[in-house]
Amino acid sequence: MTDIIKLTAAETAARIASGDLTAVQVTEAHLARIEAVDEKVHAFLHVDREGALAQARAVDDKRARGEKLGLLAGVPLALKDIFTTEGIPTTVGSKILEGWIPPYDATLTKRLKAADVVILGKTNMDEFAMGSSTENSAYGPTGNPWDLTKIPGGSGGGSSAALASFQAPLAIGTDTGGSIRQPAAVTGTVGVKPTYGAVSRYGMVAFSSSLDQGGPCARTVLDAALLHEVIAGHDPLDSTSIDAPVPPVVEAARSGSVDGMRVGVVKQFRGEGYQAGVIQRFDESVELLKSLGAEIVELDCPSFDLALSAYYLIAPSECSSNLARFDGLRYGARTGDDGTRSAEEVTSLTREAGFGPEVKRRIMLGTYALSSGYYDAYYGSAQKVRTLITRDFERAFEQVDVIVSPTTPTTAFAIGERADDPMAMYLADLCTIPTNLAGNAAMSLPCGLAPEDNLPVGLQIIAPALKDDRLYKVGAAVEAAFVEKWGHPLLEEAPSL
Amino acid sequence: MPGITREEVAHLARLARLELQSEELDHFAGQLDDIIGAVARVSEVADQDVPPTSHPLPLTNVMRADEVRPSLTPEQALSGAPAQEQQRFKVPQILGED
Repeated sequence: MTDIIKLTAAETAARIASGDLTAVQVTEAHLARIEAVDEKVHAFLHVDREGALAQARAVDDKRARGEKLGLLAGVPLALKDIFTTEGIPTTVGSKILEGWIPPYDATLTKRLKAADVVILGKTNMDEFAMGSSTENSAYGPTGNPWDLTKIPGGSGGGSSAALASFQAPLAIGTDTGGSIRQPAAVTGTVGVKPTYGAVSRYGMVAFSSSLDQGGPCARTVLDAALLHEVIAGHDPLDSTSIDAPVPPVVEAARSGSVDGMRVGVVKQFRGEGYQAGVIQRFDESVELLKSLGAEIVELDCPSFDLALSAYYLIAPSECSSNLARFDGLRYGARTGDDGTRSAEEVTSLTREAGFGPEVKRRIMLGTYALSSGYYDAYYGSAQKVRTLITRDFERAFEQVDVIVSPTTPTTAFAIGERADDPMAMYLADLCTIPTNLAGNAAMSLPCGLAPEDNLPVGLQIIAPALKDDRLYKVGAAVEAAFVEKWGHPLLEEAPSL
Repeated sequence: MPGITREEVAHLARLARLELQSEELDHFAGQLDDIIGAVARVSEVADQDVPPTSHPLPLTNVMRADEVRPSLTPEQALSGAPAQEQQRFKVPQILGED
């Protein structure tokens, strides 16, 4: 069974299509792995054993009937608990939605089902996707499979931990300020934030609507591309969905190359607060890119220094508005309705009981930033910074094809280490946030272990909007070169659980 | 830089419909003050003649034909309701007695 869970998604799909393995065998192997290790990791909030096996049987029946199978048919997937799933609980890591069973599927969920991907269950996350460590989940933290006392990143820590502990070959995350890429970096996996609008947000619980973006998580660049192709594309149910063809990401991942490409290195993605081992691995990655035929170009993007500040005004502002819908009246929990209290009082008591500290902190921060008297100074200025950052990217992409940086300034920190210091926690997203503000595409992939703690370091690749295929072209080339250098994929160095 | 007082936090909590506990008011006053202090740098660009960007995509209104289409049944729509009566959401009183 061990070898089944170590297969890539591409290999698994090929072996199911050829009849070498059945989808039921593959699903059972992963369910057994979840049974064996998830008590320690806590990647899943809900495992849908029966549903997963039923989907797997349907794939095997299809094959038996001689029907053509999709590229990922029968491949198991771990779905972040932020996407609605008909008949299966969706909690967004929050008590306010404990026990809620959505009556409909998100568009992304529908697409996964239509592609015959087997959904194993829902993964743990920071409450309402607010956080960089998965410690803000109302259901307890997830451990990093490399060291269970460390954070697996956030907010999609459950999804990345499921990949790194071989509980699933594929997972889905959402990235508002780095919640796909930062967990990928600290768990030694691959995570992609597609161009804003590339993957439908319909049925994805909104945190900050102008920044949120769903995307693929995997153990290899090709697997991420295959999943990207399944979930991306126009959705009439989402007014912010891009109505344009999906870039040829799978083709790009299969023909990885950086020869003749211009690769930018941004001055502002380096400085105080960066761990020495992270910088060392990043510098080696740049040398590697040169050796593969890329031309390195130094870039100055001065507005990036203001990105974190702008983000921590814009995201809370949008969240304070989006989370107004959790009022205890139509769905979710209700607290304090004893027949004497008004709807307003019940709403306030419900929200007090249902939201955790980070969610409350951001709602309060957003309410403050949007309040009369402070609106121009904070929210208005943050929106101007957003324009300046977009312009910096535009100027940069006149000179280069892609930009590279460390994904995170440090490797995984200890669970609890930054819990009481919001600003220290927010620094985890220093390198990922500019991309969310501008709406372009980015990927994180492993580039080695930091010498001081033997924990994974992520390399971030950033591409212009709608040029997601460049991430895969560069990512595949870098990945192949690293695997050749190491003699094996990085995850093989992770301790066995 | 404005200091955020406990009273201001209490006012914000009322606006945000959060019945914060007394110790939360103190806790958040300190933290919000720290966070605002750290992010206030954005106001350095306040006087610059830069158009604000609220969204990475140019948004246009999306229209569709007004046709009857399948949707959730009343049972489905009410399936997550904390309380219901006669196929409706049952909510606490909205209007006061006076």
